[in-house]
Amino acid sequence: MEDFTSTAAGTDRIRLARVLGPSHVWALGVGIVLVGEYMGWNFSVGKGGMIAGLMACWVAGLLYTCVAMIDSEVTSTVAAAGGQYAQAKHIVGPLMAFNVGLFLVMAYTMLEAANAITVGFLLDTVAGMQGQAGLNQQPFIVLSIMFLAWLNYRGVLATLTFNLVITAIAFIAIIALFVSVQFGASAVPLDFSAITSDPLPYGWVGIIASLHFGLWYYLGIEGTCQAAEEVRSPARSLPYGTMAGIMTLLIAATMTWYICSGLMPWEYLGQAGTPLFDAARVTGNTGLMVLLFVGTAFATLASANGCINDASRAWFSMSRDRYLPSWFGAVHPVYRTPYRAIVFLVPIALIFALGAPLDQVVTFSILSGLLGYTFMTFNMVMFRNKWPLGKIKRGYVHPFHPLPTIVLLVLCSTAYLAVFLGYGTQLSAMMCFYIVASLWFHFRRYKFVRRGDQFTMPWPKPEGY
Amino acid sequence: MAYEPPKQSFAGQIFDVITLLVLTIGALYIPLYLGLAGAAKVPNPIANPTWEALGQNATEQQQWAALGVTDAAAANDMITARFDYSFSWSALIVMAVLVIGYFVMVVRLSDREYREVIEERFGTKRR
Repeated sequence: MEDFTSTAAGTDRIRLARVLGPSHVWALGVGIVLVGEYMGWNFSVGKGGMIAGLMACWVAGLLYTCVAMIDSEVTSTVAAAGGQYAQAKHIVGPLMAFNVGLFLVMAYTMLEAANAITVGFLLDTVAGMQGQAGLNQQPFIVLSIMFLAWLNYRGVLATLTFNLVITAIAFIAIIALFVSVQFGASAVPLDFSAITSDPLPYGWVGIIASLHFGLWYYLGIEGTCQAAEEVRSPARSLPYGTMAGIMTLLIAATMTWYICSGLMPWEYLGQAGTPLFDAARVTGNTGLMVLLFVGTAFATLASANGCINDASRAWFSMSRDRYLPSWFGAVHPVYRTPYRAIVFLVPIALIFALGAPLDQVVTFSILSGLLGYTFMTFNMVMFRNKWPLGKIKRGYVHPFHPLPTIVLLVLCSTAYLAVFLGYGTQLSAMMCFYIVASLWFHFRRYKFVRRGDQFTMPWPKPEGY
Repeated sequence: MAYEPPKQSFAGQIFDVITLLVLTIGALYIPLYLGLAGAAKVPNPIANPTWEALGQNATEQQQWAALGVTDAAAANDMITARFDYSFSWSALIVMAVLVIGYFVMVVRLSDREYREVIEERFGTKRR
């Protein structure tokens, strides 16, 4: 494998290592997202009731299927570190790329913080069950983030292999709970009477509102393409890993809703910190409790691990292009990882994990993700218009264009409304942040960017330019 | 001729990072500190609560007990809490303008920058 490559400026620099296969891509995507089954999704039940939670699960699943289809085509063609960031750079322009990079960093860093909060909450819950209530969660939050950052610092292959193992265990734990309860392992029976007695406590507006946290079931699946530059065969591995990931998550999400809604009153479920672990508690089966404790811990760690990987790649890519200070664009000479970006993002994750409530952190992560999905809609249209089919070689061509794009845009618009219902202030604050950051980039930062270097794909000139 | 960007000083790099950090942290913490964040549920507790009065059947009572809540009074707030989804149309319009305006601004400014990139990479468009 080639260790060095020539930059546009003529100097040599170390490349990221191409060591990942389709299973790693699956593990990266599902590993980040599977935690969405273990916590956070259930707030959708709180926002709309039991049926609304299920509808949010499936509607969000449709949204993410569109995301996976679109992303697979563009990513298999623009196979560069940074994923959607590199896509935006080649298809829309530098300012959009800067924004997409920020979406990714914010979404993943907030998700990482949410994971660390959940680790602390889980340990506090277990300590309380053992009669040691009032556990100080902060050391565990700090330890989780620091350990995973160290793992990422040491190398991507070890990191994602670790993810593959713990993600598989967390996924098996959900299936084991589902099967065990079906075969009567629970001391308390499943009860879905709320579906008939209290079907829509907020009416139809509750269904829209619940879509807000319904996104949490799948948020981050698009992270599969962050490691595009480290995948051995991007055109094959990225679509395969991403589509396999979304199918895995659709199954896991539906099973999770079924078990949790059947084992817990919706009023409790709607505010629970660790719903699957709580479901295991309700069964009264010690083996299931231990398994779901391990599953929750592994899911949160796998997710945080993948988030550090993805956020640091986005930060690294932006720095390498001078959208951010170039000092962060360094690759470790031994471990071949973007080590400065990894280390820099640690205190940011800690600030949010230690100082903000879980639902706020989750909402900020969701909003950044949602902005990214909105970008994908017009990015896809521009991609097909600037390079029509046949003009460049695509690793994968998604069917029914532009139907997935239209569906995605409609669902994104609905999701904005869902966030607005109850979290409108955060939405406005977030938009103000991105507007100010965009103006800052365009009028101050862009002068440090080399123009021609922003287009590195071996493609012909885009149509219309 | 290719555009040659100025070299940024180390102090300038630190300034830029701090700017972004302040913006990021401010976006989350300002609404929190101003008490404007979140959609806290408002409990509407009933007087003399019983499981039946709270609409919980026998199985649900078992579930509450398994979760460590054996007293209906302890679950009163949780069961009766509801979100308030009333909103003003003007706030909704402001949000829509912010989101749409943001994307329009970013795409337009991006296109201006993109034309410079394409011009430098491929040369000027033939007329």
